[in-house]
Amino acid sequence: MIWNDDFETLPREAIEALQLKRLQQTVARVQATVPFYREHFARAGVSADQIGSLQDLRRLPFTLKQDLRDNYPYGLFAVPLEQIVRIHASSGTTGKPTVVGYTRRDIETWSELMARSFAAAGADKGDVIHNAYGYGLFTGGLGAHYGAERIGASVIPMSGGNTKKQIMIMQDFGSTVLTCTPSYCLFLAEAAAEEGLDIRNFKLRVGIHGAEPWSEKMREEIEQKLGIKAIDIYGLSEILGPGVGIECIEAQNGLHIWEDHFIPEIINPESGEVLPHGEHGELVITTITKEGIPLIRYRTRDITRLLPEPCICGRTHMRLKRMSGRSDDMLIIRGVNVFPSQIESVLFNIEGIDPHYQLVVDREGNLDTLEVQVEVNEKTFSDEVKEMQNLSRRIRKDIKDLLGVTCSVRLVEPKTLARSEGKAVRVIDKRKSLDS
Amino acid sequence: MKVQQISVFIENKTGRLAEVTRVLGGADISIRALSLADTSDFGILRLIVDQTDKAQAILRQDGFTVSKTEVVAIEVPDRPKGLNEILEILEQAGINVEYMYAFVDRRGGRAIIIFRFEDIEKALATLPKSGVQLIKSEIFQTP
Repeated sequence: MIWNDDFETLPREAIEALQLKRLQQTVARVQATVPFYREHFARAGVSADQIGSLQDLRRLPFTLKQDLRDNYPYGLFAVPLEQIVRIHASSGTTGKPTVVGYTRRDIETWSELMARSFAAAGADKGDVIHNAYGYGLFTGGLGAHYGAERIGASVIPMSGGNTKKQIMIMQDFGSTVLTCTPSYCLFLAEAAAEEGLDIRNFKLRVGIHGAEPWSEKMREEIEQKLGIKAIDIYGLSEILGPGVGIECIEAQNGLHIWEDHFIPEIINPESGEVLPHGEHGELVITTITKEGIPLIRYRTRDITRLLPEPCICGRTHMRLKRMSGRSDDMLIIRGVNVFPSQIESVLFNIEGIDPHYQLVVDREGNLDTLEVQVEVNEKTFSDEVKEMQNLSRRIRKDIKDLLGVTCSVRLVEPKTLARSEGKAVRVIDKRKSLDS
Repeated sequence: MKVQQISVFIENKTGRLAEVTRVLGGADISIRALSLADTSDFGILRLIVDQTDKAQAILRQDGFTVSKTEVVAIEVPDRPKGLNEILEILEQAGINVEYMYAFVDRRGGRAIIIFRFEDIEKALATLPKSGVQLIKSEIFQTP
């Protein structure tokens, strides 16, 4: 179902005309109200009146996460605090959190875009939406909540954690739509099975999963283990929160980015050069309707590509290919770029392997080492040592074949790798502690 | 004449083996024979116990990965050449052994060898014809 026909199916020329008008307004506004942008543009030798076409966007300098940190907490806000009705922040695990503020209209926009997203995922007002994204400073919980209310569904504000209760409520309340991270989704299925419940018999129909990169194989796993359609959603607090883009249930191939509110670009993460549609690179987003904290050419660090081709669902907004990783999550192991999601897809291709794995990167002498820890389960366990060694060898070989990286494989006991209720921690990079 | 064996995946970490025996002990399960195959990262503990199903269930409950395998228990005369005679029969019949472990049954004055064959049906069809004494699984149960 299409939530907002007027905007979601706008012809390309109309989208672009709207984008240009809104871009010009946004650039002029931040130049006038945010000292950071005034100086930032001046240093780049560009000003708002030079934006005559969408092509001129690339004359503007990038905004980085570091810029938000440097202007902590409110320095990038474009309106006085009395117009801000909500404040969210990133987790801040790597330093000060990045703080974002929403005006009343921003909250409206966000709810609208989340409503579009729910509708694209096939959710409707008759649904019982079980929202297991964390509520709080993290944008996931409240973002999904407001969108779910907007479409008129019955929302269960579960937040994260308390897994046993999640399962009980899901079963007793007849939840039909589940919103949570993809790794938590599988954790829920596992936890239900431990209680002797088959989550496939619940009323769940659709899962809307995001907040961490995941693979196509993981989607298959989720769809099979939960008996649902699993939909990929994209968002980041700096830009809005969840609902920046979402897959439609019709195609399940690429995430429509709401182009009447955001302008996406793909750049080469090293050179900053804008790449043509279809090429892989870092996603850069310019917000063109946000009031609280508009961002110009924000480097998301997410690696993807743009699919401009029309979609079977009828929406005209371009799609982003499933995120293959983050440029800052990318591991460089002995000079080779490795994304955790690539290793995940190798593991999923091996019959019987569980999705629980962890990568431990370390350095011995001057050489990087990669250890892939994989949990053994009853499907992969054999009483013969040689079979188990074959399994390790197979994993090692497949990773080497696909990524060109030699790793060691450590088979570990089930349920020994940390389960996450939010974003999964897949990588332990011990080299980082060596550097500091 | 098959005997049920359970195998448990154990990481090479202090205390894991003790955890298995603690769980079994706590459920009043007796271990009749065991062998531990170890590699640098993990071990595979193979056990013949008096209550196979119960042992499997409680170990699983405790979070272990457990599998059940059918093995054959063979009686070997407790004297020089006893084992060699059996192995020669196997060799001549072309029966491949995946692994084996032995223990001495003092009361019976005999050795018992647990064999995991690549092809258990073939082994069961061949061995009795050559006069090899197979042990019934009942002897592992607590009377």
